[in-house]
Amino acid sequence: MLMSVPSNPGFWVNEPVRVALTVGAGAALVCAVVGCATVMRRQAFAGHALADVSSAGGSAAYLLGLNPLLGFLGMAAAVAVVMEWADMREVRERDLLTGVVLGAGLGLTALLLYFDATMGSVSGAAMTVLFGSMFTIPATIVPVALAVAGAALVASAIIYRPLLLSALAADLARAQGLRVRAVTLTHAVTLALAVSLAAMTVGAILATALLIGPAAAALRLARRPFEALVLAALIGLGATWGGIALAYESFYWTPGRGWPVSFFIVILIFVAYLLSSWAATRRGARRGAALYGCEGA
Amino acid sequence: MFAPFMVHAWLLATIVALVSGAIGFFVVARRAAFPAHALPLGAFPGAAAASLLGVNQLLGLAVFCALGVLVISQLQRGERREVASALWLALSLAAGVLLLSLSGVYAQSINGLLFGQVLGVSREQVVSVAVLSVGALGVLALFARPLLLDSLSGELAAAALGRTGRLEWIFLAMLALTTVIAVPVVGALLVFTLMVGPASAARAFTNRPWRALAGSVALSVASVWGAIALAYLTNWPVGLFVGLLGAACYVSGRLRSAGAVAQAG
Repeated sequence: MLMSVPSNPGFWVNEPVRVALTVGAGAALVCAVVGCATVMRRQAFAGHALADVSSAGGSAAYLLGLNPLLGFLGMAAAVAVVMEWADMREVRERDLLTGVVLGAGLGLTALLLYFDATMGSVSGAAMTVLFGSMFTIPATIVPVALAVAGAALVASAIIYRPLLLSALAADLARAQGLRVRAVTLTHAVTLALAVSLAAMTVGAILATALLIGPAAAALRLARRPFEALVLAALIGLGATWGGIALAYESFYWTPGRGWPVSFFIVILIFVAYLLSSWAATRRGARRGAALYGCEGA
Repeated sequence: MFAPFMVHAWLLATIVALVSGAIGFFVVARRAAFPAHALPLGAFPGAAAASLLGVNQLLGLAVFCALGVLVISQLQRGERREVASALWLALSLAAGVLLLSLSGVYAQSINGLLFGQVLGVSREQVVSVAVLSVGALGVLALFARPLLLDSLSGELAAAALGRTGRLEWIFLAMLALTTVIAVPVVGALLVFTLMVGPASAARAFTNRPWRALAGSVALSVASVWGAIALAYLTNWPVGLFVGLLGAACYVSGRLRSAGAVAQAG
């Protein structure tokens, strides 16, 4: 099926497809880089919560007729900063705090989607915000998305080494005179940039897949952090573009109705994870495990 | 607000709050907020599938919950729990989005599944939920002491009780059962607010575990009652108020512990 796509002329000249490929690539790259740090810092839940909560921003944007990416981004960034700030005192409370912020944010989403449905003229806002719909992304979003992706990648590059150190050995980082707070705050903002791009691509509640999936798969295989970044980027990019291609093809499977892009992207990511997990187990000694920390150890 | 058609809603919501408050105590003690979020949200496609096939929603939810428990506990072996939860969540929701898209409906019922729907509850629904709740509470009561010990100190529990892997299974199973009961009422996205918010607040007001458990149940019931009343008065979605009241519970708990620390110091 996949083989027929490049030979299908409609695929490459199709405007929505090109927009989807561009935005998807940006999201996949940023998510790969930020996702590795997120998994290593054990912030999968925080990343998921940010993505979920950003749906309130997305639904507000539909209500006000704003650029949805800016809606996702504004909400995610605000919540990321607040959570990082409130986190300061008690690290053990992080999961609970995350959960409560998540609940309140989703409550707000419920209200805004209710307004979208009753007052707004947009139908299907709930579906688009929560589950994504790549082929309906307006072309005007592309420059904004690329700018956001660029900013996130630059910020990640700047904090890459200090963040890695503070993730693996926070005390050591502090002893070296690193400003750990500034680093983690920057990371929280890049996390917000990443999830808002992912929310644009696969929808707010599926953004976790793009953020955590490729990174978790790559970290099982890679032995060095940089290797993990490259692998995660490849997996993310492959899944996103593969998903777009499959969804484009699916218009021919069930005439008149395509399958959702988000479905294919998430399934491809999960398959990649299973394969990497299988490969890592087969390799026997889990030499990459040190990158990862161990549950309960 | 107390019209005949609302009576079933009040009854059902109260039962759901009782069970959620009780299981929430263990969710907080075991620091299992993410699984408690992932199971309900991951089960929502089950309800969507059931309504497409015309089967009982509870059945669809139960099937997806069981799958969720299996996948999370399997992945958890080679992987950290949070990553396992995230992967299950994404996989199940991907199935959900396909179901919704292929069926071509984005019905109001789906919105209700995500954000809660307390109106239009039938007598049969109340009865089946009541039966399931009694079961869930019974199992919890039976295993409350070992579960609590295992949550507070896994090593101590292993020394005293032998195999404790079984306890994680029981915990996840009861979490799943609570999900089945609660999702149709408070919605998949907000079930766990009802578990986490009241329980985290109750913990701040007492040092005794069973009092905290009772407090968690009481706060949970109060939150649900408040949420329904506010939703009825404003005509806004009940999910909003569940979320906000849960957050209010948590904040009051934080303030109370901060005050206690300031007094002691």
